[in-house]
Amino acid sequence: MKYVSEYRDAELVRGVIDEIRRTVTHPWTLMEICGGQTHAIVRHGLDQLLPPEIELVHGPGCPVCVTPLELIDKALVIASRPDVIFCSYGDMLRVPGSGRDLFSVKAQGGDVRVVYSPLDAVKIAQENPDKQVVFFAIGFETTAPPNVMSVLQAQRLGLKNYSILVSHVRVPPAINAILSSPSNRVQGFLLAGHVCAVMGYHEYPPLAETFNVPMVVTGFEPFDIVQGILQTVQLLEANKIEVGNAYSRAVTFEGNQAAQKTIQQVFMECDRKWRGIGTIPMSGWCLRPEFEAFNAEKRFDVDAITADESPLCIAGEILQGLKKPHQCPAFGTACAPEHPLGATMVSSEGACAAYYKYGRVLTTEHTEITKI
Amino acid sequence: MSNETINIEGATCAPSLPHGDQIVMGHGAGGRMSHQLIQKAFLPAFKNPALEAGDDAAILRPGPCLQLSISTDSHVVSPLFFPGGDIGRLAVCGTVNDVAMLGAKPLYLTAGFILEEGLAMQTLERVIASMKIAAEEAGVQIVAGDTKVVQKGKADGLYITTAGVGVVQAGININGAQARPGDVVILSGPIGDHGIAVLGARGELGFQSSIQSDVAPLNHLIEAMINASDNVHVLRDPTRGGLATTLNEIASQSDLGIVLYEQSIPVHPEVNAACEMLGFDPLYIANEGKLVAMVAREDAEAVLTTMRQTRYGEGAVIIGEVTAEPRGRVLMKTAIGSQRVVDMLAGEMLPRIC
Repeated sequence: MKYVSEYRDAELVRGVIDEIRRTVTHPWTLMEICGGQTHAIVRHGLDQLLPPEIELVHGPGCPVCVTPLELIDKALVIASRPDVIFCSYGDMLRVPGSGRDLFSVKAQGGDVRVVYSPLDAVKIAQENPDKQVVFFAIGFETTAPPNVMSVLQAQRLGLKNYSILVSHVRVPPAINAILSSPSNRVQGFLLAGHVCAVMGYHEYPPLAETFNVPMVVTGFEPFDIVQGILQTVQLLEANKIEVGNAYSRAVTFEGNQAAQKTIQQVFMECDRKWRGIGTIPMSGWCLRPEFEAFNAEKRFDVDAITADESPLCIAGEILQGLKKPHQCPAFGTACAPEHPLGATMVSSEGACAAYYKYGRVLTTEHTEITKI
Repeated sequence: MSNETINIEGATCAPSLPHGDQIVMGHGAGGRMSHQLIQKAFLPAFKNPALEAGDDAAILRPGPCLQLSISTDSHVVSPLFFPGGDIGRLAVCGTVNDVAMLGAKPLYLTAGFILEEGLAMQTLERVIASMKIAAEEAGVQIVAGDTKVVQKGKADGLYITTAGVGVVQAGININGAQARPGDVVILSGPIGDHGIAVLGARGELGFQSSIQSDVAPLNHLIEAMINASDNVHVLRDPTRGGLATTLNEIASQSDLGIVLYEQSIPVHPEVNAACEMLGFDPLYIANEGKLVAMVAREDAEAVLTTMRQTRYGEGAVIIGEVTAEPRGRVLMKTAIGSQRVVDMLAGEMLPRIC
């Protein structure tokens, strides 16, 4: 397939891995920030091919995984209302709130619909003037442009029955939080290519300098990922603190400025709770006061809902790269994709789900090929 | 920013949701949730050797010289008509294929119709005409039927349940438990066409596609394969849950491993493109006109040659092999030389956020 198969070429990938092997002289711990990259790494078995000096730890870049429990509880309350059509990206349906998920709400008669784009939800609002249509606006910077566009579109159409439940998070404050943690062991970052396609990478040089950690903008295909790893290792070996770009076919330093402007028009920065991590100051986006009419939390009066998490799951440590999924005592037993304990097992981008799907059964005689 | 804001201990997850108290859509997706439902709800109640074999059809021996293969399948597709097929063709082919996968020659079908009040007569007639054509192609007769009408809103237009019966020649023993180490895994053609064609027909792709469903009766293909070799050990059609789920079932039934070669699994470029865009994996997408076979290595060429001469087997290829270890598991040798596990579909297949 054009623009995909080229970047999955086995010889090209192996060539870059050989180059990594020739370059590396020290053990290095790298974090891929994005869940899409975690998924690709495990799916293609890239970690098996890397020299033993390189350890990849999986970052908090799965938007489904980090959506806080209480926000899911709010979604469940809103979606259960008979006057509501609740629209969501597909993989949010399986994330457990306190005792229920959106599948359960749907099974009990709630009108829960999977949409591919929030603009589809606006269309549903147009077609159902007697219903309240709510879109679950989760995600990183990547999904922010379509999510804010849906608000602007609803405003343009004069729709009074459309609102969004916002749980937007941003990558730079998360990296700041990880690097500020006393238990941090990440020495280099693979930055999320799709986030940077929107935002550029001008936000990262100050972080790299403050914490003395090189970063490389990295794509999602096997070749992109090993290229990102190679560039990061080259910077680490040369003791250079820079922000490189190994995904230049999609990412520029400035990013998509029109999209950034639109985001700024509708969203403002705010504190945000991350599932498994806690509150990170100014790490989220929420609606500006002038768009408050589109805020589902206000419209349905669910502001006051709070929730506590189960103590069993270690998703928090996994999302911070402190532990690997298989180190969780519940992994593959009490916690599996069909009955997830934590969000990292739920989303196809979640580290636990990726491990479960692609690597969980290999026993000791196979450890060489899985490293888990 | 201060370090105190980060909860290093993590400990932040909700309780598990096994969905044991009510049916959710995942129970019908053909993956692990469907299997658990069968294990927990149906098997304990109906326990018998034919059912416990765990194949898509059951083998019955009502007389000393008679072996029957019998199966039933309900069809609830939306929309009723999609590129390459419709619910009528699906209802005939689905059951014909399930019966034939145990090496049987399918002979007779029954058909039960649940019709929604208000369904256009013309729609019903189109579906019936399509069933007639599919039954003629498969060489089966629809010999009994039933019709029920439910109130408007209680069904999605039209549901069809078919049951089928076929005869298995003496000496044929083909089922999911018969795979042997060293067998090759043959796939009859590209995967994922049906699932993506139906998604496209629902307008859920967000783009135009030319993908046609592969829905087809495979009994003539199977007959040719059995005539070509006495060493066809397993046959199964990878329908709901896709190739990955089907191979996991066979690995589990045979208590053997299956190793796949990623590069050899055929997928149409349009199907691949749709999957890339939506975040699906073709290994989990439904097929309605494909089969996988486990065949002794020495007969593989003969079986492949025969398959490629038939209408529904011309894209047949070897995609892997059966191994002694790891028992009950499917592995994939990736194109770039690593190896990973291929798991069963968990619950409902969900599109990815980004």
